[in-house]
Amino acid sequence: MAIKEALLALLQRSPASAYQLKKEFDATTSETWPLNIGQVSTTLQRLQRDGLIEQCPDNEITVVETTTVRSTNAEPYRDKVATPPNRAATATRTKAQPTAVWQLTDTGREAVSQWWSTPVTLEQRGRDELVMKLAFAVTTPGVDVTALIQRQRVALQRLLHDVTRARRALPPSDVAGLLVLDHHIFATEAELRWLDTIDDHRLRARL
Amino acid sequence: MTTSRFGQPHGASPVQPVSSSSSSSRSTPSDPAPVLALHDVSRVHGEGARRVNALLHANLVLHPGEFVAIMGPSGSGKSTLLNLAGGLDTPSSGQVLVEGRDLASLNAAERAAVRRRSIGYVFQDFNLLPGLTAKENVQFPLELDGCNVRKAAAAAVRALDEVGVSELADRLPEDMSGGQAQRVAIARALVGERRLLLADEPTGALDSNSGTAILEVLRRRADDGAAVLLVTHEPRFAAWADRTVFLRDGRIIDDTGPSDVDMLLDDPESGGA
Repeated sequence: MAIKEALLALLQRSPASAYQLKKEFDATTSETWPLNIGQVSTTLQRLQRDGLIEQCPDNEITVVETTTVRSTNAEPYRDKVATPPNRAATATRTKAQPTAVWQLTDTGREAVSQWWSTPVTLEQRGRDELVMKLAFAVTTPGVDVTALIQRQRVALQRLLHDVTRARRALPPSDVAGLLVLDHHIFATEAELRWLDTIDDHRLRARL
Repeated sequence: MTTSRFGQPHGASPVQPVSSSSSSSRSTPSDPAPVLALHDVSRVHGEGARRVNALLHANLVLHPGEFVAIMGPSGSGKSTLLNLAGGLDTPSSGQVLVEGRDLASLNAAERAAVRRRSIGYVFQDFNLLPGLTAKENVQFPLELDGCNVRKAAAAAVRALDEVGVSELADRLPEDMSGGQAQRVAIARALVGERRLLLADEPTGALDSNSGTAILEVLRRRADDGAAVLLVTHEPRFAAWADRTVFLRDGRIIDDTGPSDVDMLLDDPESGGA
């Protein structure tokens, strides 16, 4: 995924700390691909090394970071499900610390501009594991393809339930969130239809 | 990368095993009495070489407020299951209970009364009576059940309002769009205090936006406490339900189960209900 470009795009809005970038990334994508702070910091180091970003001249600000955790589990619940805070026993950790603030360089601005003006190609999206898996499954003796397809169908339908529920909860004003979740809905639905066609192909091949 | 709120990134391999059970319920000791319960229900047509197993050993339980979608290829038994659940067909074996009453133990008149008072049907082709207005169509089943005309008309107006088409009250079906006609059909299915709503491909004849509007109505009705059973070919519409049950060759072969959010809320250790 284009984390580097996404962080540059966020810095085009305004200078920000690593923590602010993580929060804005998660909010913009409806927490579909949540980043951890380590990924953000590592990417920022690379962007600085490549001359695409720099620290703001007046440099450090004090950022208050608040993390809500479930009492029975140390993992932040926001990374798991969109649970209403009053439904889970929670505790709040607060820490204040000086944090570097990053901004785009001229080269960085040019890189973002290039990103906006260039279409995303299939190669950039990488290999699709599901397509590969099914292609190998139908050509490998001994694989129970019917069971494999049905497992995948149930998993995708379950995902569709979760995404649809999340979409219903979004306000109409959250355009970025809506478009991200709509993409998941359309893509998941397309994969389910594609699975049905595999069944059809296999039936015809047997005739 | 941390875990997505949807459990796994799009396109990743699933981990859930295929269920070998034909059961599909999520009952817990604290659940209220089910609105619909199918216990080991089978429906067989014909005999000998002509025997067709339309439905085999199906178990399904719906509680108040639960919305379940049924999916499966053509001929898998979806409509058979829905017809049995609504008392429109009789099982070859097994029990169908609506609000605790075994439909097989009732005579024809009693079964018809359960169908009128407890069960609402929504069909793909709306089935509105052409000579009656929207309001008259909706109040008709109440009048059949002995309700006086004024009360039935008031209930019909409320039901039309609930599905957002009160302005169509005096319009005939021929003057409505497909989406409008289907909403009136849902109002007719909801009118009164019916707690079980059975919908057989209700979006089949509608465009995508009208279909979504119908699902919004069904979802809202479930959120208000009705049990809803939806048969559909559309994964996107099934996803409005709490879970999807899969049928194949007359058998329930899978169930998406409750969502991660439901499980978290049901878990006392998480602070949920």
